[in-house]
Amino acid sequence: MGVSEILAYALGIISVASALLVVFSKNPIHSVLYLIITFFSIAGQYVLLNAQFLFIVQIIVYSGAIMVLFLFVLMLLNLNKDTEPQKSNLFKFISIITACSLFISMIAMVKGVGNLNLPSEPDSQIGLVKNLGMVLFSKYVIPFELSSVLFISGMVGAVMIGKKETHDIN
Amino acid sequence: MQSLTNRSKVVSNKQMSFAERTYLIPIIKGMMITLKHLFKKKVTLDYPKMTRPMAPVYRGKHILKRDLNGAENCTACGLCAVACPAEAITMVAAERKKGEEKLYKEEKYAAIYEINMLRCIFCGLCEEACPKEAIFLTDEIVKPSDLRENFIYGKELLVEKMDHRYDITKRQKHLIK
Amino acid sequence: MTDSILLFKFVLAIVTFAISLGVAAYATYGERKIAGLFQDRLGPNNAGPWGLLQPLADGGKMFFKEDFIPAASEKFLFILAPGIAMFTALMTSAIIPWTSPILISGALYQVQVADIDIGILYSLGFVSIGVYGIMIGGWASNNKYSLMGAIRASSQMISYELAMGLALLAVIMMSGSLSLNDIVAAQKGSFLGFLPNWNVFKQPVGFLIFLICAFAETNRAPFDLPECETELVGGYHTEYSSMKLGLFLFSEYINMFISSAIIATVYFGGYNLPLIGRFVTDPNALAAIGFAVFFAKILFFIFFYMWIRWTLPRFRYDQLMHLGWKSLIPIAIINLLVTGAVLILKDYL
Repeated sequence: MGVSEILAYALGIISVASALLVVFSKNPIHSVLYLIITFFSIAGQYVLLNAQFLFIVQIIVYSGAIMVLFLFVLMLLNLNKDTEPQKSNLFKFISIITACSLFISMIAMVKGVGNLNLPSEPDSQIGLVKNLGMVLFSKYVIPFELSSVLFISGMVGAVMIGKKETHDIN
Repeated sequence: MQSLTNRSKVVSNKQMSFAERTYLIPIIKGMMITLKHLFKKKVTLDYPKMTRPMAPVYRGKHILKRDLNGAENCTACGLCAVACPAEAITMVAAERKKGEEKLYKEEKYAAIYEINMLRCIFCGLCEEACPKEAIFLTDEIVKPSDLRENFIYGKELLVEKMDHRYDITKRQKHLIK
Repeated sequence: MTDSILLFKFVLAIVTFAISLGVAAYATYGERKIAGLFQDRLGPNNAGPWGLLQPLADGGKMFFKEDFIPAASEKFLFILAPGIAMFTALMTSAIIPWTSPILISGALYQVQVADIDIGILYSLGFVSIGVYGIMIGGWASNNKYSLMGAIRASSQMISYELAMGLALLAVIMMSGSLSLNDIVAAQKGSFLGFLPNWNVFKQPVGFLIFLICAFAETNRAPFDLPECETELVGGYHTEYSSMKLGLFLFSEYINMFISSAIIATVYFGGYNLPLIGRFVTDPNALAAIGFAVFFAKILFFIFFYMWIRWTLPRFRYDQLMHLGWKSLIPIAIINLLVTGAVLILKDYL
């Protein structure tokens, strides 16, 4: 086993363990912090695959922006034990059913893929910015642009919801 | 309303232009002001190594003068205590005995003379009230201490030492004026 | 060959680490001295000649202070937070090209710890996770002032990162690379015949935006709302004492040093000095001059940080948000569009 293989396993174990801790830890802030560790270990996997661009985007977008917002919101919440909402048994039952069906569908999805026909000798340079940009702006330009339109519509929607209705006052 | 001086500035609530709203020019102006101060002469003194000159009539710790022969001028008349607005001065008078002529100038002297330096406001009224030119304020500063008792200065601290005479000529001139 | 490169990188990493810490230590001295001079005072002058041993005295004082941990705090996170702040501050120095390649026994060595493909994005990434130290520290202290400092820090960081990234994008478009080495190399020569070919002359608006955002990201005045002594006691480090507080303060100075280095690299030509190539040809001599030039630029920007701090008053919080979202981001987008248009027109002309 080479160094990178050991690192890959170590990162895998860390990411799975911290992902489990996200679910099982009592304190929401701790959950978020474990989620950040998970994201970092995944980013580490990208480095091992020489996908530097994905690595840094993972760090900037997920660890640097989204998780900061998560933490930001959670810090403002009152996390006292007595204010925690008590969930009814029916609610718990429904959530167990939903989670199980999601898990089953995921297993079915993995099994259904069958042979992925992965290239035996993958291009180690594909993760670099230049190559990734070339692929993104030639082969996948339409999905790329469509996703940006999706983001803009999401943003506009968020602004619309967040905006105060002023015309009632005037 | 007409202004009495031409120092007042007319302010208005008009909308600022874009250039004004960026505040770039005021910021640069402000930075130039601070830059000028960087090269200005510093007003701070490097204190323990350098000290500012004291005024010749600075009002610091008191001294009870002796005359040229070394006899105390104070006759315990109590005028200083009366004059004192902070009531910092107390004294007990005593009569001079035979053989003490060298120690005390007149027949009456202060056996105990105490100034509470925490009460004293260093106004100098005692100096002005004294008819015998016995009490003067000096340019020495009362030493700090962490005990209140240490600030009640008795005669051993106040009476002038013979080996360390204090020059009061400037203060006397000041009084004459 | 690879062994010697590894050895060189190892030595360089340690030297970079030492330089970052040393400059940060003397930046604390510089801050106090310059603050004194700006206010017509003398500044520290008793520890050693001209007070030059002041950083040591400060550090010693920090170490011997009582190390207090509030009873209601999250102990582990409380201790972890200053470490995160320090770690992220130091990590960024890895990508800075200190000087031109040097020649050791016939081989050229790049004076940069890691010449990675993503270059400038790496620095953005580590700047963005640098806020975790402040946030976790502020929350773990279990103090309302600390929490408010943490919240201010996080929202300020996110707001100004956008404009910062957009300002950098214009530079990246011009140099066509994310690598800081390429960005520096693209700034050789002269611009319009008489100016040095530095990005600041081609991207004045972008530079201004980047500078403002750099102030905000390092939590320096006039954007020091997270600590904000007048409103929040000490902000996120209210509950901190001893060397933990020292680490927080120190990481701020390291951030200042690194961001000055990045400003100098991206907008002021890094180690380039115009016309120096005509007089000196020996690579090692060039590297030495380059290092000195680069350091002079960095020191100027550290001075500039302090100059601004002791000139301008602090922003109000809503002003900060207005400036970030309503002014800087639109201007940065317009700047980006104009840059793109000019680059396309250039190809046709």
